[in-house]
Parts: sequence; structure tokens; C-alpha cells
Amino acid sequence: MLDGFTAETLARVQFAFTISFHIIFPAFSIGLASYLAVLNGLWLRTKDETYLILFNYWKKIFAVAFGMGVVSGIVMSYQFGTNWSVFSDKTGPVLGPLMAYEVLSAFFLEAGFLGIMLFGRERVGNKLHMFATAMVAFGTLMSATWILSVNSWMQTPAGYSINDLGQFYPEDWWAIVFNPSFPYRLVHMVLAAYLTVALVVGGVGGLHLLRNREDGPARRMFSMAMWMLIVVTPLQILAGDEHGINTLEHQPAKVMAMEGHYDSHPDGAPLILFGIPNAEEKRIDYAIQIPQLSSLILKHEWGAPLDGLDTIPDEDEPPVAILFWSFRIMVGLGFAMLGLGAWSVLRRMRGRLYEDKWLHRAAIFMGPMGFVAVLAGWITTEVGRQPFTVYGVLRTSDSLGPVAAPAVAASLIAFIVVYFFVFGAGTFYILRMMNAPTSKPDPLLKDGPIRTAGITPIMQTDPDAIPGE
Amino acid sequence: MFELSFIWAGIIAFAVLTYVILDGFDLGVGILFPLAEGEREKSTMMNSIAPIWDGNETWLVLGGGGLFAVFPLAYAIIMPALYMPIILMLLALIFRGVAFEYRWRTERWKPVWDVAFFGGSIVAAFMQGIALGALVQGIEITGRAYSGGWWDWLSVFSILTGVAVVVGYALLGSTWIILKTEGSLQRKMQGYAWWLGAATLGFIGIVSILTPFQDPEYFSRWLNLPGSIFSVLMPGAMLFAAWSLFTGLNAGKDGQPFLASISIFVLCFIGIGISFYPNIVPPSLTIVDAAAPDKSLKFALVGTVVLVPMILAYTAYAYWVFRGKIDPEEGYH
Repeated sequence: MLDGFTAETLARVQFAFTISFHIIFPAFSIGLASYLAVLNGLWLRTKDETYLILFNYWKKIFAVAFGMGVVSGIVMSYQFGTNWSVFSDKTGPVLGPLMAYEVLSAFFLEAGFLGIMLFGRERVGNKLHMFATAMVAFGTLMSATWILSVNSWMQTPAGYSINDLGQFYPEDWWAIVFNPSFPYRLVHMVLAAYLTVALVVGGVGGLHLLRNREDGPARRMFSMAMWMLIVVTPLQILAGDEHGINTLEHQPAKVMAMEGHYDSHPDGAPLILFGIPNAEEKRIDYAIQIPQLSSLILKHEWGAPLDGLDTIPDEDEPPVAILFWSFRIMVGLGFAMLGLGAWSVLRRMRGRLYEDKWLHRAAIFMGPMGFVAVLAGWITTEVGRQPFTVYGVLRTSDSLGPVAAPAVAASLIAFIVVYFFVFGAGTFYILRMMNAPTSKPDPLLKDGPIRTAGITPIMQTDPDAIPGE
Repeated sequence: MFELSFIWAGIIAFAVLTYVILDGFDLGVGILFPLAEGEREKSTMMNSIAPIWDGNETWLVLGGGGLFAVFPLAYAIIMPALYMPIILMLLALIFRGVAFEYRWRTERWKPVWDVAFFGGSIVAAFMQGIALGALVQGIEITGRAYSGGWWDWLSVFSILTGVAVVVGYALLGSTWIILKTEGSLQRKMQGYAWWLGAATLGFIGIVSILTPFQDPEYFSRWLNLPGSIFSVLMPGAMLFAAWSLFTGLNAGKDGQPFLASISIFVLCFIGIGISFYPNIVPPSLTIVDAAAPDKSLKFALVGTVVLVPMILAYTAYAYWVFRGKIDPEEGYH
């Protein structure tokens, strides 16, 4: 089935596949954990039951998503070794401790307090339960911090030397952890996670508002999501711009490919809105472009010269077409988010936030787009690092372990089959939970031993189960 | 000054042992899952580990991540050498991990996720046992890379250790359920635990006899100081653990069988440590050679010394919150 591919190609596909699946769950759980902490805090402060209903509603969705994140994440911690053992041997002294810190300061925190957050409110009381919820949220952010430091170091390595075993040797931990692209990438990703969840919550709120515009919890979550969107999207566009300028400084070839600049522009580069990258002729066919705008965005200066891929040796070029498209998808979605947020503000000012059905439909359509944007963004930055694993220093082809193509092919097929089956089912359950009503007790609720969770009257208003099939 | 790499070997060993004990009992619950009769017993067993399983599994991530951090060469050699068992273990852990949540989210597919929970648990345990056996057999290294074949890990000995780990985890699981339940489920598990205990001890005996034949070095490590001290102490300690397991079961004690089972695992783990030392990957890669530069070890150690006690404290707290018998009437979330 996968004959004819080299072990390297298969290993790259395998890593791309497993990490693309994985990133969806952290992107969701980073944002959702913070949202849950906010909901729980608001409930404790205001005693408004709507917040508790929303907390319990999203908590169950979080539990399923978090479970998928845990198991797909365990795979990641072993993927470095199984296929990329040379990379592991060489970068272990620098990247290993950072990952160990991620496990110690983040994973344990999340896992240790998750049980209390999900199951423990009655056992520990509201205050400790709030603490546990906050710790889970804090853990997800710690995790993002460490792993983005690792990834950023691979993009913009710093603070190292090469020892006589050919390993990266840590010279300066501060420089390693706070490598040049790390602050930008961290801000960009955390905001992306928040936006992703704002879109999902907005979509679910919109869905329930379409059915019943008087649905209290749906109104509350829709309103919160739209506020989040209009506040965070402009920040994200700003952060993305700063990140791009940082990339131009440290990984110019990546930006050239994103922009589709095959040729240098000594008198100011145009912004290519659309076009078809032609790798053979090294040009963008049918380009629609705005003169000077690229220089203006990247250099903040009219007529600033920008180098093109003609200054980069062919063997150091990333694949242009992938970056060109993935970058446009990400940016396009970013502006669509801004549009949705602005629309919601206009409707809110007219007092029609909960009445405009087209706004709700648009929110539903945009619901999954945060994930698409996150994936497109990661594809841009990761494919843009090629053909290196440690940018400019260690080539991808020199990172592969002693693996044989058939073994990698077999495990790749196994991962694909299992991931689509398992995570497909999980996504289906999550969608069904999102489809379930927020506030009304479920008539199909079964009174089995598992479902009689209600101890306090408040809890009984919360449908603890989705409809039976 | 004491070698940093040995401190780290101790920390990694501690993480792996903690993983084996903690995930051991919850994988064991999964292995015993088909023996539950009716939804009530099934959900009681599942609920006994639902709040803690992913904390338990985090120790496996620490084992992998820690090895990458402080013994990158060992990590880079072990992973390709044990390629298939590790991939299969990971896939199995996916199935069992999601089953916790999925089975509450569907009626029609509940049996599917119950099978996934059992299948994932038993395959993960079996693959861990195989990985152990393959390590004991020794791993072929040339330069800084694995140089053996794709099927080197598969042997009669590794299958034996695979089965042994499955049986041992089932023992841990059964005694955990004894601790966490009462009534008919507890009585049933007491019966199983007796047989599982006997089988575990039998496997330990067989594996112990066969181990020296995998590498004569193992033999000499047990006969010379300091290993020989344990050669004298180990059988006595093991007998005591076995005695307290069986007397605890016969007397219907709640916690004693679980603690005795843990002791058996700890003793086995010490035994493996004695056999391996000073290697980290038998037969030729030593702890010192596999270690990352001191600068990496130091940097990672600072945080570990602070964070691991905190982790142990809040993990203990989480267990404390969910202490006591599982109430079958108490809901899932």
C-alpha cells in the first residue's frame, strides 16, 4: 500500500499526521480550561445558576476532549524516539530537560487536579474545587509554555554549542528557553487557543439560539463568546504581524515562501493576495497583488527591499506551495473572525444580538474554523522549517533513526486507522453533547445507577446525560 | 561528588516503578473488566479508577520524557529496538484511555468501548512485559544506534515476561478492587486475587531462574557484593510479601492484599535493578555513557527536586479525596 516511499517520507508523514491530530485537542483544552475556570469563578461570585449550568455543560465536553488529548499526547512523547532517534540523541541534552519540565510542571498538575475538577465538587467543597479548576487551567498554559519553547528552539536555535559527540550542548539555559521566536509563538498560540474556543462556544450558542432565542444559558455563552472574539481577534492579528516580522528576521526563507516571493524586490515587494505557485518556473501564476504592501507589512516601510527565494540555495528551500496556501487560509480565517466579531458588536448595539438568525448561522459556520486556522498556522510554521529539524543546523534527512520503511509504513497505517476510528467517535460524541440542550432536563435521561448524580437541586437541573440513541 | 547520572538513574527508576504500580493496578482493573457481571459491577470497577487514571499514566510520559531528557542515547536506542511493542502499547493505551469517557456517552456502542477498555488494557500490559523481556535479553548496539533486527524483541522469554506482567497487573487490579469495593464484587475479587497471586509468584520464579541464562553477567551481579546481599534478603522478603498477601486475603482484609501486591512489584523491580546495574540498556550501554551532559542533568534536577515532592503531595491529596469504598449509587460526572 505504501510501497515506494522512503522511510524518511513515511516517518515525516507519520509525525505530521499524529501531531496534527494531537494539536487539535490541546488547542481546544487550553482555551476551554480557562473558560471553565472563568465560568466557575463567575458562578461562585454571582451565584447566577446560568454559569453553573454552563460549567457543567462544557465540563463534560472538556472531559472527552482532554481524554483524547492525553492519549494522543502520550504517543507524541514516544514519537521522537521511535522514528527520529538520531534527532533525539542529538537534541536530547537541550530539548529533553524542557520536555521534562513540561511533564513535571504541567501534565501532572492537569492530571492531578482534573479528577477533582470533574468528580470532586461534592467531596472537596466549592473553594477547593475552584482551586482545582484553576490549577487545570494553569497546567494547560504551563504545558503550552514549555512545548512552545521546545518548538521555538527548533525554529530559532540559540544558547548551544555542538559537543564532540555531535550533540547539541546547552551553553545558556536562559537563551535556550527564551529563544528569539518563543515569546511571539507563545502569545500567538495561546490567543489562537482562546479564539478557537470562543468560536466553538459561539457556534454552540448560536445553534441553541436558532432553536430558542429565549434559551438563557445559550444567550449567555453566545454573548461571552462574541465579546471574546471582538477583543481577542484584533490582538491576534497584531500578534501574528509581530510574529511574522520576527520570522522574517530569523527564518527569511519561510516568509519568502509564505509571501510567494520567488524573486527579490529591491524597490519594495507586492503583497500577493492570490495566485498559483509554479514550483518549476519559480513564479506565482495568475497573481493578484497589491504593490508595496508586503514591504509595508513586513518592514513597516514603503519601498523597503525584500529578498526572494532566488537568494536561498535550492536545497534549503521549504516547499513553497504548501506554505503559500496554508498561510492564506490562516490569515483569511483570521479576518473572517474579525468580521464575525464586528458584526456581533453592531447587532449588540442595536439590541439584536440574540435575534439575528444570520449572525447565529454565521457563528455556527465559524464554529470549527479556529481548528482549521490553528492547523493551517502550524503547517505554515512547521513546513516552513523544512528541510531542517533544527533550523539551519540539523537537516530532517539527518535526523532519522535506523528505521526501515515497512515498519514505519505499518505503524503509519495503524495510526491512521486507529486515530480516525477513535477520535472520529470522540468527535461524534462531542458534537452530540454540543447538540444537547443546555438548560432543560432531558426527558430521555435514564435513571440508572450511573446517572443519578443529582444530590443538590441545582445539579438536578443539569442534564447529566445525552439522549439515548 | 556523586555522579549526577546515578542520581538521575535513581529518579528515572523511581518514575518507572511509580508508573508500574499506579498504572499497573488500573490496567489490571481493565484486564479483569470482562469478569464484572452486570452494569453495576462494571461501572463500579470503572469508577474506582476514573478520577486517577490519567495521573497514573502521566508517569509513563515522565518515563519517556525523562529518558529523553537525561539519557537521550538510551531513549534513542530503546525506541527503535522496541519499535513494535511500543507502538502497539501506545495504540492500546489510546483505546483504553478514551473508553473511560466514551462508554458514558453512548448506549449502542457501550459494549464496543467496554471491549476497547479490556483489550487496550491487556495489550498495553502485555507489550510492557515484552519490552521488559526484550531489555533483559539485551539490545544490540553499534556506535550510537540500535543495530538489531525488527523482530529481535520477540522471543519465548519476552512472551513469558509479557504474560507475567499481565498476570501481575491483574493481581494489582484485583487487590485494588478489594480495597475499593464491598459485597459480592469484593468477594469475587478475593477469589481471583488468590489465584492471581499464586500465578504471579510462579512467573516470578520462572523468570528469575531464566534471567541469568539471558546474560551470564546477571549471574555474577547477584553473586558478588553488593548484589549478593539482596540474593540473601530477596527470597525472605518475597516470602513475607506472599505470606501477607495470602493471609490478608484469607482474613478478608481490605488494604493488606493491595499493599502486599505492591511489595511484590517493588521487590521484583529492585531485582531487575540489581541485574541491570551499572547498565541502563543491557548488555553494553552504561548509565554514565547514556547520560546527557552534566549541564543538562543539573538543569533538569533543580526543577525535579522541587516539583516531584509537590507532585507526590497533590497526587496523594487526589487519592485522599477519592478515598474509601466506591458508592455504586454515586454518579459519574
